[in-house]
Amino acid sequence: MATDPELLSLKVDYKWNPMLPWPFQIRRVKHETEDTFTIELQPLGALEEFAYQPGQFNMLYVYGVGEIPISISGDPANPRVLVHTTRAVGTVTKAMDKMKRGDILGIRGPYGTPWPIDQANGSDVVFVAGGIGLAPLRPALYEVVAHRELYGKVVLLYGTRTPLDVLFRQELENWRARFDLEIYVTVDRAMTGWRGNVGVVTNLIPRAPFDPRNTMAFVCGPEIMMRFTAMELHKRGVDNEHIFVSMERNMKCAIGLCGHCQFGSVFVCKDGPVFRYSEIKEMLVKWEI
Amino acid sequence: MSRVHEREHPMEDLKNILAEHPFFSGLNEEYFALIVGCASNMRIDAGKIIHREGEEANHFYLIRSGKVTLQMMTPNKGPLIIETLTEGDILGWSWLVPPYTWHFDAKALDLTRMIALDGKCLRTKCENDHHLGYELLKRFADIMMKRLESTRLQLMDIYGDRP
Repeated sequence: MATDPELLSLKVDYKWNPMLPWPFQIRRVKHETEDTFTIELQPLGALEEFAYQPGQFNMLYVYGVGEIPISISGDPANPRVLVHTTRAVGTVTKAMDKMKRGDILGIRGPYGTPWPIDQANGSDVVFVAGGIGLAPLRPALYEVVAHRELYGKVVLLYGTRTPLDVLFRQELENWRARFDLEIYVTVDRAMTGWRGNVGVVTNLIPRAPFDPRNTMAFVCGPEIMMRFTAMELHKRGVDNEHIFVSMERNMKCAIGLCGHCQFGSVFVCKDGPVFRYSEIKEMLVKWEI
Repeated sequence: MSRVHEREHPMEDLKNILAEHPFFSGLNEEYFALIVGCASNMRIDAGKIIHREGEEANHFYLIRSGKVTLQMMTPNKGPLIIETLTEGDILGWSWLVPPYTWHFDAKALDLTRMIALDGKCLRTKCENDHHLGYELLKRFADIMMKRLESTRLQLMDIYGDRP
């Protein structure tokens, strides 16, 4: 996977060629849990920065293996470093897991709709993450923390499988140590020795400290978890219009042409992945759309 | 002593605490007075067992502060935590259903303060007054439904490879 000098010398504006991957070099690979890893990338050639908005995703191309969509998990305030966090579960991510510092990946993006953080100004902000769903929410958390004075209470409710599967542990501990963030973590099961909560993430919603009448909620995780979370938030009094979810579908072209990620009348790659819950609520319970 | 029935709270305080809890909301005055009569304060030190699987279940508890784990011993692995309960949660419904024995261990993870309600006494009163029985069963059915829903989600292993 050597850098191709010919490729780097191309005088092409990647933004105008949405199907052309741009070469990025791996700066660092960090294993977060047994099966989840984070890669930090920097653009090569003429591209110095990679601007994006929280919630957007890229198509990551492992040369000779394949291309997959992965949400960006880094800090949008630092466009010189592109960060992705994913689980090694398929052919491409397993190949990616074996890559190391200096290797080259192809990137297309950024694509999709962002978390509408600007709409949360003046409101309480509740993030609800399930499993790897914390990764697409992290850029939004960075953004909110960076402009903390613009928001009311900021709450993160995070559920995952076991204590060993807790992502970004150090960062969660740092955020929890602040006086202006409420961080709650729960796991589905644990052996004794774990002093945190055990139970599903929806159990945290009834007592979480936020004003439901003045709250924007951003939810990301498995679809079942998002459905039950949205129901619980609504039961608590949060308007469905103020709940946003990030959908996951089999994105291929990422620009709304191929139809692989069609979800009813919308394309997840182009019209999503972030949707207002009220707009897709009915589709989430349909067996076939 | 690990389990202490505290007496520093007069009955009037207990009544106020119970009245504020949503579990008892809507209960008529007569039944509420009966519930208050069955209540006592309790303090459990961190790390102490509240009840063990298989023991007779004669109480249920309203957790006022602290954290309680429901756990079960698993062969070769030790105790597996199934759920944690915190402030405001109700612990225990085995007192209501034969054979009136606990199905899990309950352990105080932190110093925990609870109101213990005498289920044995309430069982008899419910048998004699089915309206009271229905009122309590309605409330416990709601808790059971929520815990069943949570358990189903946990069983689905939605964060696993194939949810």
